[in-house]
Amino acid sequence: MNLRIEVVAIDCLMVRLFDAIDEANMPWMLAATLRLREGFASHLIDLVPSYTTLMVHYDLLALSPTQARAIITEALTDLAPDVAQSGRQHVLPVWYDLSVGPELNLLSKRSGLSIDEVIRRHSQREYQVFALGFAPGFAFMGLVEEILAAPRIKTPRKRVAAGSVGIAERQTAAYPLESPGGWNILGRTPARLFDREIDGYSLMQPGDTVRFTAVDHAEFMRLGGDDTPLEGLA
Amino acid sequence: MSALTVKSSTPLCLLQDAGRFGVRHLGVTQGGALDWVSMSWANKLLNNPLNAAVIEVTLGGLTLLAESDCCLALAGADLGAMLDDRPIAPWRSFFVRKGQQLRFTRPITGARAYVAAPGGFAAVDVLGSCATVTREGLGGLEGSGKALAAGDQLTYSGASFELHALPDHLIPDFSDQRSLDVVLGAQIGQFSGLSLFDAFNSEWTLDSRADRMGMRLLGPELVYQGRPMISEGIPLGAIQVPPDGQPIVLLNDRQTIGGYPRLGALTPLSLARLAQQLPGTVVRMKAVVQEVAHREQVGFEDLVRRPL
Repeated sequence: MNLRIEVVAIDCLMVRLFDAIDEANMPWMLAATLRLREGFASHLIDLVPSYTTLMVHYDLLALSPTQARAIITEALTDLAPDVAQSGRQHVLPVWYDLSVGPELNLLSKRSGLSIDEVIRRHSQREYQVFALGFAPGFAFMGLVEEILAAPRIKTPRKRVAAGSVGIAERQTAAYPLESPGGWNILGRTPARLFDREIDGYSLMQPGDTVRFTAVDHAEFMRLGGDDTPLEGLA
Repeated sequence: MSALTVKSSTPLCLLQDAGRFGVRHLGVTQGGALDWVSMSWANKLLNNPLNAAVIEVTLGGLTLLAESDCCLALAGADLGAMLDDRPIAPWRSFFVRKGQQLRFTRPITGARAYVAAPGGFAAVDVLGSCATVTREGLGGLEGSGKALAAGDQLTYSGASFELHALPDHLIPDFSDQRSLDVVLGAQIGQFSGLSLFDAFNSEWTLDSRADRMGMRLLGPELVYQGRPMISEGIPLGAIQVPPDGQPIVLLNDRQTIGGYPRLGALTPLSLARLAQQLPGTVVRMKAVVQEVAHREQVGFEDLVRRPL
């Protein structure tokens, strides 16, 4: 770890902990998150974690830039990875089917694996939630096996259905809301990923782990899924 | 409870407040009034909390019908507001009789007007704010991210009948040619020397590709020479430079994380001025030290909290 604190705005400092995406970063990131929340207490407006960084947005009426920097330095002195505080584990049911996951074909062709093998490999791994972004509750997870990695589709879809599960490079994610998107879609989960009625609003949080489990159409419908087909690629 | 009925609206007429905070780690954007200075003055004119819910009217197209006698305040752009057939200039509070209509006709100066009501407009609290973010389906009158629409009923519970006008010296000048202040960011050293010179010595034209997520600036191509970035948190006002070299100023409805390099971030006071500029306007940027920007911001926040 190589800690740096950088100015990024009038009231925001970027705490840079790592230089590469790695699942092994997560215990450090979680520990740093906790320390910074405690250190800034009520003067923290937002703390935005990403793969290798934590952006601190503090209350500029309460703290000067120098004070904010000092809090970060003090909070992160002798930082130790938080192994105990592993996040929650989720199992997301997914109906992997060409009608709601048109890129199963493309991923099968790219990898030389059968569609069933693509599904098996996507659902056998436990993924880390690295960061939330793009949309409320949209969790960037990884890493998928190298053989399943695929670049984003050339022309993003205008509408990707809520619950769509996709791959981009070595990351995987599920769309909480219908939105435009460019990920390769493999299937759909009936899970409610972002809901202001649930505690914490977002089902998944940074540091959580996620496993996908294949369900058939009947089970998908029983869980409240919407099986409206997704448009293929133009 | 008093009410106003929306008779006509556009997708750019939105309930806003100071924005949504404490939830950005969930991927939820900030939202809130783009010209927070004018929003603050609109509320101030009615002795409201400065972040009480207001209507942000962009370019015009809103008509409100008063269901009872009331007192409203208007700040920000002059969008040719008419109370029935009487013109209403911004930066003041004014009486409205039951049955009168307030219409916003066309942009005369500035781009965004703010309408405040006594005590603030009532709206569903969604994650601590009523800021309307259509893309996320959050905020607004019913909480689901919808813009104001004909037939909507806006209510408020305050009963203030105070007539105030903002003193001239406090009224922002939207034709002000002052440069926009930029707090330099982490990747500043990785732009080419010529690009850094260009960034702060060129004229930039506001593109028509502009919305509440961001405003694109057209000018010389800026060249980033650093390594590709891993996505990281995006502060308000960040000036990101995508591969085409044309900077985008990221505004209140921006995505929470992103991976384009940044020159830095505009100060909140500069963002408020930028929010009033129309496409085609020419702007300049100037580097400012974080501490200096901080003092200026604290100074304004102090000023706006003093009694009128």
